[in-house]
Amino acid sequence: MAQPAPSTDTHQATVVVPASEHGGGFPPFESHTFLSQLIWLALAFGLLYYLMDKVALPRIQGILHDRATRLSKDLDEAHRMKTEAEAAGAAYEKSLQDAQAKARAIAQETRTALAQETDAKRKALEGELNERLAASEATIKARTTEAMGSVRGIASETAAAIVERLTGQTPDQAALDRALDRAAGAH
Amino acid sequence: MAVKMDPIHQFELKPLVSFGHIGNQEIAFTQSSLYMFAAVGIIALLTIVATAQRSVVPGRMQSVAEIFYDFIGSTLRQSAGHGSERFMPLIFSLFMFVLVLNMLGMIPYAFAVTSHIIVTFALALLVIGTVIVYGFMAHGTGFLKVFVPSGVPGWLMPMIVAIEIVSFISRPISLAVRLFANVLAGHIALKIFAGFVPALLAAGAWGIISPLPLALSIAVTALEFLVAGLQAYVFATLASIYLSDALHPGH
Repeated sequence: MAQPAPSTDTHQATVVVPASEHGGGFPPFESHTFLSQLIWLALAFGLLYYLMDKVALPRIQGILHDRATRLSKDLDEAHRMKTEAEAAGAAYEKSLQDAQAKARAIAQETRTALAQETDAKRKALEGELNERLAASEATIKARTTEAMGSVRGIASETAAAIVERLTGQTPDQAALDRALDRAAGAH
Repeated sequence: MAVKMDPIHQFELKPLVSFGHIGNQEIAFTQSSLYMFAAVGIIALLTIVATAQRSVVPGRMQSVAEIFYDFIGSTLRQSAGHGSERFMPLIFSLFMFVLVLNMLGMIPYAFAVTSHIIVTFALALLVIGTVIVYGFMAHGTGFLKVFVPSGVPGWLMPMIVAIEIVSFISRPISLAVRLFANVLAGHIALKIFAGFVPALLAAGAWGIISPLPLALSIAVTALEFLVAGLQAYVFATLASIYLSDALHPGH
């Protein structure tokens, strides 16, 4: 209620010029402008409401929603990739261990195989040598037997020649054989 | 100089195009109407043109639009609770409209649309009208429970109901007068303080103390910017609180 006082003060101080300009009234309370203001307000605010309701707010909501889903999707993706990378790391470790084990096995196998081969070769060689030894022994024995056989013939011929030289008579072959048998039996 | 010192002059409506009279009502497209549509244009520029690219990584203007959306959305949710999303367009429009009109009014020589009580009263009636219409549509006569707080002893009830009805009726009035009076008083104060500066300069030796009202008018300008933003927020928050009655009338 203090408002009218300064208002009239200024009116007194400023003579009559502004009074005629705004009809002496206080513009916000000049009711003859109300309908016009309401009409334009309804149009402007109606337009604003329509634009916000139909275009702006659904769009902003969509943007925010898209961003939220995108973020969570990206996070999920990152999480999935991390898990995958960890799995790949574990798989790598495992394959490395497998490969090492395999390499060790192969080396062992090769070593065993080589040892067996060498063994087999050695045995074959030994067998061959033994065989040859046996053959040689058999040959020696055969030769010995042969030689021993010819000794009796030589002895018989020599004995016959000695008897002939001593007695001038060719000894009877049967008697000679008996004598030789006796001599062999004496030994 | 005399006219410049008149702090009321700035609230005068100047018809740009006149459409004649209905009774004693002059129908005219005034500078006030122009500012209203300018505000609609600015808000559309901010919320529609700036978001046209729908960037996932927003630019500056899109960020501003998103911040306003988040801010008003959370205010509405906190005040009106569950089911308040349906009033988002109304509260968002109200807040942005009042905020932009208040801010436009702060530009020197510009006109403050919200300094006219018929405008703020119409916006307040829109809010209360929405509360009443939606309240009865959603709850039928159950909406009348808004006047009957629970847990009040029976003998107190008539008095409480009377108080509740008076408080309900005073809501649109307080909503309208708060905004109107803040903007009006601020602009008058600003005009008077600023008017002292040339008045003192013109008064010879008194010109020495003219920086005083200048400093004061700068301070009042800063205060008025605060008031311009704050009153838009208060308007939107109170509207949300009143709408929460329409959503949950049982208190």
